[in-house]
Amino acid sequence: MTYDIIVTGLIIVAQILAVVVPVLISVAFLVYAERKVLALIQLRRGPNIVGPFGILQSFADALKLITKENIIPSGSNKIVFILAPIITMVLSLAGWAVIPFAPGWVVSDINVGIMYLFAVSSLGVYGIIMAGWASNSQYPFLGALRSAAQMVSYEVSIGFVIITVLLCVGSLNLSKIVLAQQTVWFAIPLLPMFIIFFISALAETNRLPFDLPEDESTLVAGFFTEYSSASFVLFFLGEYASMILMSSMTVILFLGGWLPPFDVYPLNVVPGVIWFTVKVIFILFLFIWVRGTFPRYRYDQLMRLGWKVFLPFSLFWVVATSGFLVYFDILPN
Amino acid sequence: MSEFLFEYLPILIFIFIALALAVGMTLLSFVVGDSQPDQEKLSAYECGFEAFDDARGRFDVRFYLVAILFIIFDLEVAFLFPWAVTLGKIGLFGFWSMMIFLTVLTIGFIYEWKKGALEWE
Repeated sequence: MTYDIIVTGLIIVAQILAVVVPVLISVAFLVYAERKVLALIQLRRGPNIVGPFGILQSFADALKLITKENIIPSGSNKIVFILAPIITMVLSLAGWAVIPFAPGWVVSDINVGIMYLFAVSSLGVYGIIMAGWASNSQYPFLGALRSAAQMVSYEVSIGFVIITVLLCVGSLNLSKIVLAQQTVWFAIPLLPMFIIFFISALAETNRLPFDLPEDESTLVAGFFTEYSSASFVLFFLGEYASMILMSSMTVILFLGGWLPPFDVYPLNVVPGVIWFTVKVIFILFLFIWVRGTFPRYRYDQLMRLGWKVFLPFSLFWVVATSGFLVYFDILPN
Repeated sequence: MSEFLFEYLPILIFIFIALALAVGMTLLSFVVGDSQPDQEKLSAYECGFEAFDDARGRFDVRFYLVAILFIIFDLEVAFLFPWAVTLGKIGLFGFWSMMIFLTVLTIGFIYEWKKGALEWE
């Protein structure tokens, strides 16, 4: 009996490490890819010194940062100041516990998967507010306020977008959401919702063109101005891990998760996890591409877009989708 | 332990592993990093000026308004979750109940809009 418990425990830990380690490594390569793609967009070379083609740049940066002095400002609330990056990092990793990479490849296939993801991504705002408050400095404080207001605004439209998908699936389980897209990916019938979700994901992860919380020309570095060393690394890791998490959510909700584009011979022998990865990389490339091409929004424009455009429009789509499904009696049971 | 709760055990272990990782990295930086604090280094960053005063002063009330609006709409989304999943079973009665609820909320939303709660000049 105790032997069984130990074996089960070890299997769970192994599964978790099999998710956490690739996520952290992919964060390192995402940072590298972002610098490289931005460099190519701007006709520069990008990192090319550390390792072949500069591929080890992120690892060198991480090592350098960890060996730096961890400065805790004298005016800050010290415990909250140290806790904030830890919370950000833990929350952005915790979401990965329910992501299905391929049929059965999931740490915990809970029934309320999408609700869990929604909850964890809402909690992300705590790390930012705590960092801004604990720093006791002007720039982090303003950055944290902006960031919190922006994240909660766009979360409402993300909620409505998820509801439209749920109406078409009839389940909160992420694997079932993927399997419901076997005939057609939801990106096609729900195209406007896909676009809103993508743009809200940019705002939710504080990416350009909505990166006002860390708008370097006015707020230095926003809520992590006062951070250095490992605490800075944790914020950085957390931010990029949640970027990849949002891309995975986009893929699961709209681009058919691990399913191939067409269920025909050469495509359906490719393992599901490869399809999943390819789609996530595509969405991440869009994130970087948007960063390289669009100018930054003004704060009033950002709030107007969230509350006056996305919110009414996604609410209308919830009503329209449910009305359509009820009228033609094609609701899933 | 019930079967239902057992599904959540990996998530709990996951959170503990992530926590251990984050705490470990923070501690590591205190062990391997330098530590030569001085007064200037530890003061709040203000573009090279002396820090004026406590940063926790007044801020725009609209941030507060946004927070209140968020609570209303996020609750609405929370209500919609179970409704969206069971709409196939609760039929037309369930559908029209939610439509009435949404209408009431939309009236509130139009009121906020007209009152200027969503304006940021």
